[in-house]
Amino acid sequence: MKQSILLDGPKFQITIRRLCQQLIENHSDFSNAVLIGIQPRGTFLAERIARELKEMTGLDVPAGILDITFYRDDFRMKGTSPILANSTQIDFIVEDKAVILVDDVLWTGRTIRSAMDAIQAFGRPLKIELLVLVDRRFSRQIPIQPDYIGIQVDSIDSQKVIVSWEEADGGDSIELITDKK
Amino acid sequence: MSTVTEQLSTRHLLGIKDLTANDIQLILDTAQNFKDVLNRPIKKVPSLRDITIANVFFENSTRTRLSFELAEKRLSADIINFAASSSSVSKGETLIDTVNNILAMKVDMVVMRHPYAGAGVFLSKHVDAQIVNAGDGAHEHPTQALLDSFSIRDRLGDVAGKKVAIIGDITHSRVALSNILCLQKQGAEVMVCGPTTLIPKYITSLGVKVEHDLRRALNWCDVANMLRIQLERQDIAYFPSLREYTMLYGLNKEILDSLDKEIVIMHPGPINRGVEITSDVADSKHSIILDQVENGVAVRMAVLYLLAGQRG
Repeated sequence: MKQSILLDGPKFQITIRRLCQQLIENHSDFSNAVLIGIQPRGTFLAERIARELKEMTGLDVPAGILDITFYRDDFRMKGTSPILANSTQIDFIVEDKAVILVDDVLWTGRTIRSAMDAIQAFGRPLKIELLVLVDRRFSRQIPIQPDYIGIQVDSIDSQKVIVSWEEADGGDSIELITDKK
Repeated sequence: MSTVTEQLSTRHLLGIKDLTANDIQLILDTAQNFKDVLNRPIKKVPSLRDITIANVFFENSTRTRLSFELAEKRLSADIINFAASSSSVSKGETLIDTVNNILAMKVDMVVMRHPYAGAGVFLSKHVDAQIVNAGDGAHEHPTQALLDSFSIRDRLGDVAGKKVAIIGDITHSRVALSNILCLQKQGAEVMVCGPTTLIPKYITSLGVKVEHDLRRALNWCDVANMLRIQLERQDIAYFPSLREYTMLYGLNKEILDSLDKEIVIMHPGPINRGVEITSDVADSKHSIILDQVENGVAVRMAVLYLLAGQRG
């Protein structure tokens, strides 16, 4: 197994702050925007973004978490299913809001499709945007593209991209893992 | 992705007897997620859109049938309903033939209620579909026990360590047996209370306490689950009169107020108001009878979802 670090330390922090600045550019006072982190790993990024935005602008942007388990299109296809659900917490109204979906890694795009399906159950957003920390380019299975990208990575299907978080894993980093047989 | 994958240890839900403590935990946790889904403006998820479920009821039911039907619809399953009273069963068709004919129409799961104990087990051995027992005679009613545990957990935080008294007609009750097994597997203490004639002789072999005095039972417990007197199953007279039963075992406000603590009141329905429970108790804040009904849909969604997850 070969591990290579794609991003960590100060550069990780700079990337997060750049994403925040892009959000500020598009949403200025965030009066109509909400952040929704996708379970299980997108929630860390959503919380981090909300915290940074508070620091940079003083604004409290509503942040929720969304579990998409029951909306997946691959239920019963992995052999080891069913997939255990996580919790969802959206304590605000999404109707007519600009919803910013937040996930750590964008790969096939299927999770995001499920998330867009799931979010409709809470109301009809004015628009939905997508923010990801890592975009695994050229591996999409459905036509979904992010609006805000931390870094872009060229990888093959057998490789894994792991994002670690200070609050959960003891350090911020993005790693590319290659299984050598 | 760090998604946890877990599954039930059984392919059918025939009784609580077959479930492990882990299975029960998994079902109740998943039910909590479905309860959240049911509080959304759009209460439907697409998980079971490729599954067809037959609800086969050989015995009358209001709550259970509606609850299963709603759970199935909220999971996007296709459903067909079958009631024995309006079917070819009266023309002499056997159970296996009836169900195999239904399965020939490409049905994946069968939810069955039947007046005979063991009907679900029998069926599971002879047909190629997943069976969910919605009550078999005086044997088991697993989803009722699961939703009762879910409701206790919802109200009191945990089932483990709680004292639950099941009061009334224990002999003819499938709810009683399933509840005893389900509560014990989660670490609760169980007592049964009722007239000697309505408590099975060897019930103590299940490890439950037996009490014949209502007041003592209520003083002992955290939760009282009041059962209906199942007159339709009683072939002989088990007590002199309904009035006498009510005087000795009916739960009224007076007894409840005389206790030095607050207890939670449950009832699986249908209620016979004024027999086992008075209206002022059934409608009081101690009662979680309607919460039980509400939670029933979420619990049944969890059961169907987890069982469907085992289909390859």
